Amino acid sequence: MSLSIDAAQGVRCRNLVKDYVTGEARVRALRGVDLDLHAGELTLLVGPSGCGKTTLISVLAGTLDPTSGEVAVLGVNLPRLSRAAKAEFRAKNVGFVFQQFNLLPTLTAAENVAVPLVINGFSRRAAIAQATEMLKSVGLAERTNSRPSQLSGGQQQRVAIARALVHKPHLLVCDEPTSAVDAKTGHLIMELIRQMALQPGRVVVVVTHDARVFGFADRIITLEDGHVSEEKRVEQTAGATGAA
Amino acid sequence: MTWIALKMLTGDRSKYIAIVFGVTFACFLIAEQSAIFCGVMLRTTSQIRDTYGADVWVMNSNVRYVDDLKPISDDAVFRVRSVPGVLWAVNLYRGQGQAQLASGDYQGLILMGVDDASLAGAPVKIIVGRLGDLQFPDAVLVDEAGYHQMWPDEPLKTGKVIEMNDRRAVVVGVYRASQTFMTMPILYTRFSQATLFVAPSRRMMSFVLAKCQPGTSPTEVAGRIAKQTSLKALTKEGFCNLTMEYYLRHTGIPINFGTTVILAFLVGCAIAGQTFYLFTVENLKQFGTLKAMGLSDRRVVAMILVQALVVSAIGYGIGVGLATIYGIIAQRDMPLLAFFLPWQVLVVSAVAVLVIALASSMLSVHRVLVLEPATVFQG
Repeated sequence: MSLSIDAAQGVRCRNLVKDYVTGEARVRALRGVDLDLHAGELTLLVGPSGCGKTTLISVLAGTLDPTSGEVAVLGVNLPRLSRAAKAEFRAKNVGFVFQQFNLLPTLTAAENVAVPLVINGFSRRAAIAQATEMLKSVGLAERTNSRPSQLSGGQQQRVAIARALVHKPHLLVCDEPTSAVDAKTGHLIMELIRQMALQPGRVVVVVTHDARVFGFADRIITLEDGHVSEEKRVEQTAGATGAA
Repeated sequence: MTWIALKMLTGDRSKYIAIVFGVTFACFLIAEQSAIFCGVMLRTTSQIRDTYGADVWVMNSNVRYVDDLKPISDDAVFRVRSVPGVLWAVNLYRGQGQAQLASGDYQGLILMGVDDASLAGAPVKIIVGRLGDLQFPDAVLVDEAGYHQMWPDEPLKTGKVIEMNDRRAVVVGVYRASQTFMTMPILYTRFSQATLFVAPSRRMMSFVLAKCQPGTSPTEVAGRIAKQTSLKALTKEGFCNLTMEYYLRHTGIPINFGTTVILAFLVGCAIAGQTFYLFTVENLKQFGTLKAMGLSDRRVVAMILVQALVVSAIGYGIGVGLATIYGIIAQRDMPLLAFFLPWQVLVVSAVAVLVIALASSMLSVHRVLVLEPATVFQG
């Protein structure tokens, strides 16, 4: 199945609602979110715990269906896709950076980075060759054969970033990428995301509540109680590192 | 994705060994219990298999198994000899007798009477004495296990005297027999002598043993004998099958062993299934990550099946290997243990392990398929 992708359209949400239903209980996590994310921009989603940030990026990444509302990602109406088509969409177009890195513990760094390529049909040899190059670009050329347990938190997150970008996705979704590392490493991680991920045809959205990294954003969207409460543009100066 | 599945499987050695151990244990139990069952079944036919030289057994048409003795007319041997394709035919007596030992004790036994002139049908694995000595008056051969039963702790030797039907019998040799289903000693003597060692009756002949002419099929000759004499005529294999079939249908052996094999299967399912399921559950986060990254359900299922099949193949190999080693050691050190591992047991074990693998992987597959990829964002 081949979907018509238009990265320039970015991400568009209108009146997005998501309810979690457990037995008789119904919890509304998103209460009519209207949102536009643009390609070539790094957008931070911020807000207190329980405000719906994780639910929102799950919907944007196509891993969760909304209860109602519209969501178009890269020009594709995700909720209308079948389960298999959504998986294919994610495999080709979405890169993930998780809070806890989520590296496969039994694979080496290079093999972990190769996973998205293998999912997209690359041979093991070709995928690992490409993954090794990607690891070099995140400064881990010497650790390609190390397992996650042999790497520091910062190194693991760099592997995760390499994995998220190796298949050149149009949408990069980062969930609290700095929360499991110290402040200095968090700063380096955000610098890396900004340097490597930010491209004209790519939408980058980072969920965080770490105020120290707000300076890396082009735009900061604040969620409160399931809806967007504030939207703020951050001016980036040339060569800025974003250090707050 | 196969290599990723295998790396996930083998990467954590302790978990990997635990899963392989589960399948190995299940396979060992199934193969070992099935082999013992086959061994027991085989023992029911040991006397047929230990009777060398004859291709066809001829008997009363109502005989259901080897111990089901229904004498036939003495002239049956002549009628069998007249059938085209029969090279030779001899009479064979089989019955139960009772011996009085020198100590005054009585011992029930199985008495075999072979053709006086040719001794056809007599045992060939003589370990003490000579087969030819069976031509002496009152001579008998006794099997090794029976000898030890009648004269415990005594060395094997000829010259031992017993009394049967108020007649003297002298042990002129000891032979090695296959393990039997019953535990009574088996004595061989000449046909004419056998008729004196038991109470007389109108008909004394139990079987006729026939040898086929070279180039003729025993099955065809058996068919001709049956047609021409109205007696039951079976090849050696056919008589073995008839006997085993009787024991399978009319004794509790299959049910008792079947219960044990089924229990082994269920225990195997429980152990292998639980360990494999727990392995999958412990890897749910990894599967969730792969699903979030776009791995399709079909490929997730393929990964789990690959893991299950690899574990099964290794567990099967080790399990069957252990069962074989157990059989070799057991047969050497515990002669009374029945153990026979034919290829059919290997096939049954393989099928059972495959079922265990598929059943346990289905549980795991279900658990992974219902896993929402969004859960990876929930820490």
